[in-house]
Amino acid sequence: MTDTVSAALDERFRAAAAAEGLLDVAYDVLPDTPIGSLLVGVTDHGVCRISFDAEPERHLEELARLHGSRVLRSSKPVDRVRLELDEYFTGTRQRFEVEPDVRFLPAFNQRILAELARVEYGTTTTYGALAEQSGNRGAARAVGTVMNRNPVPIVLGCHRVIGANGNLTGYAGGLERKVQLLQLEGALL
Amino acid sequence: MAAGIPPFEAFYEEHRTEVLRFLSRRLGRNRAEDAFQDTFLRALRAYPRLEHGDHLRAWVLTIASRIVLDDVRKRKTEVELPEVPTEENWHPAFEELAPLTEGLPPKERAAVVLRYGYDLGYDEIGTALGSTEAAARQAASAGVRRLRKENA
Repeated sequence: MTDTVSAALDERFRAAAAAEGLLDVAYDVLPDTPIGSLLVGVTDHGVCRISFDAEPERHLEELARLHGSRVLRSSKPVDRVRLELDEYFTGTRQRFEVEPDVRFLPAFNQRILAELARVEYGTTTTYGALAEQSGNRGAARAVGTVMNRNPVPIVLGCHRVIGANGNLTGYAGGLERKVQLLQLEGALL
Repeated sequence: MAAGIPPFEAFYEEHRTEVLRFLSRRLGRNRAEDAFQDTFLRALRAYPRLEHGDHLRAWVLTIASRIVLDDVRKRKTEVELPEVPTEENWHPAFEELAPLTEGLPPKERAAVVLRYGYDLGYDEIGTALGSTEAAARQAASAGVRRLRKENA
């Protein structure tokens, strides 16, 4: 049918919307990373979402509520995160330059995530240690909740946080992915 | 975010086909493609100012009609159309209607402009407004009555 929106026309609009700075969130799906499909969302302030659940429909409402209603799939704004993730997965990048945008989180979560950001590639820490370092001694369980709700896993490496007894404990993306990421970093054999 | 306003992605996906069809009928496919982008960019600029998510179809088609009008005006100055326009896509009625109908409630305005400016049938207008043929007819006639009263 001549009246359907062609892929070229569609992409042209999506690119123009981003180029004119009209988006609150631009997102895209990275269909085949070594740990499966990822949905990546970015704002003007950095990367605001990385999700192992790559179905956009399950994110749009929440992204709009948190960041503004102008949420649109647009590939160009996501290019930098795409490239850095690609380098991370091939082992050539150990530190992300793209900023995480976590302004919308409660101050408590932000403080703990800031502490998490200091945990180096290829190392692990524990929930208890992270609690203590962020001035919340004894709040290991709360730290676990913050990790579970980390909006930008991988970029903020919550996979590097494990139980005090050496158990891997849990991961929002599934334990299998946590193992995979720790193996990639050489923190786990 | 105001209540009931969908994320732009959902709004765009729902209305893009209809908007392109609307524009293609008025401008031809080639010009419609530029107008399509302009329509949704304009919608994107205005989107944060929306107060509710009602009548988004009518809203975006109204934006599309304004883009058509701009395009027609631009081409009119470019090619200096003769006094009596013969070009199929030119709608002098719309040019008169646009400023005249500014004071109408949005739904009545959309119905009047789509009916008398663009010769759309009430069934099409009903679809555009997300209601029925009967409701579109009613909105258009209420709009006309209101205009008569205002301009009496």
